[in-house]
Amino acid sequence: MTISVRNTPFDPWTELRQYQDKMLTQYGKYGATASFVGTLRDTNLGTDVQGMTLEHYPGMTEKSLQHIADEARQHWAILDILIIHRYGELAPNEPIMLAAVWAEHRAAAFDACRFIVEELKHRAPFWKCEDLATHKRWVEQNTLK
Amino acid sequence: MTISVKYFASLRERLGRADDRIDAGTVHTVADVWTRVSAGLPLPDNILMAVNLEYAQAGQAVKDGDEVAFFPPVTGG
Repeated sequence: MTISVRNTPFDPWTELRQYQDKMLTQYGKYGATASFVGTLRDTNLGTDVQGMTLEHYPGMTEKSLQHIADEARQHWAILDILIIHRYGELAPNEPIMLAAVWAEHRAAAFDACRFIVEELKHRAPFWKCEDLATHKRWVEQNTLK
Repeated sequence: MTISVKYFASLRERLGRADDRIDAGTVHTVADVWTRVSAGLPLPDNILMAVNLEYAQAGQAVKDGDEVAFFPPVTGG
């Protein structure tokens, strides 16, 4: 299981492939991989978004993600989990986060991946501040779905 | 005998600082910490609190050496 919080851009598809290539002990074991990639859009609430700064709480962020991953492993039969989340300055179309779950069967993979994303959005201490044309705007709450 | 206090995001901007260090001697709960640092500003309803990197309620006890944080609803993902 790997949790990474970083301030540099990442390519989720490269990360997925490289991570899975290193899962040597799981070869032949996983039958299902579910992944979610969150990407910065160029509009929000009807306004053009030119960029975003993601603030986080160093230390608590990692601990929170660890708790969420541990809970997922307690609820579902999971073989491995990868979570990557950005902080710092992002441009539209840059990936914000990746969550991936490997399991024997699809139900555990889908459900655990969804759980991780939803819990992350409710609990992990990140805050989005959007760069608009004329000012900055803190995102006050996440979308419901 | 100090408690470290941190603020994030819009609350940090509203208070005009990212952190404080306060004397632990006269504060007993997270709510006491807020009263000490907020100069009379009521604790906003939606503000979240943490003690030593774990979510906490306003009534939770705090002690010397603790790190207490106040921040708005989280918006990651």
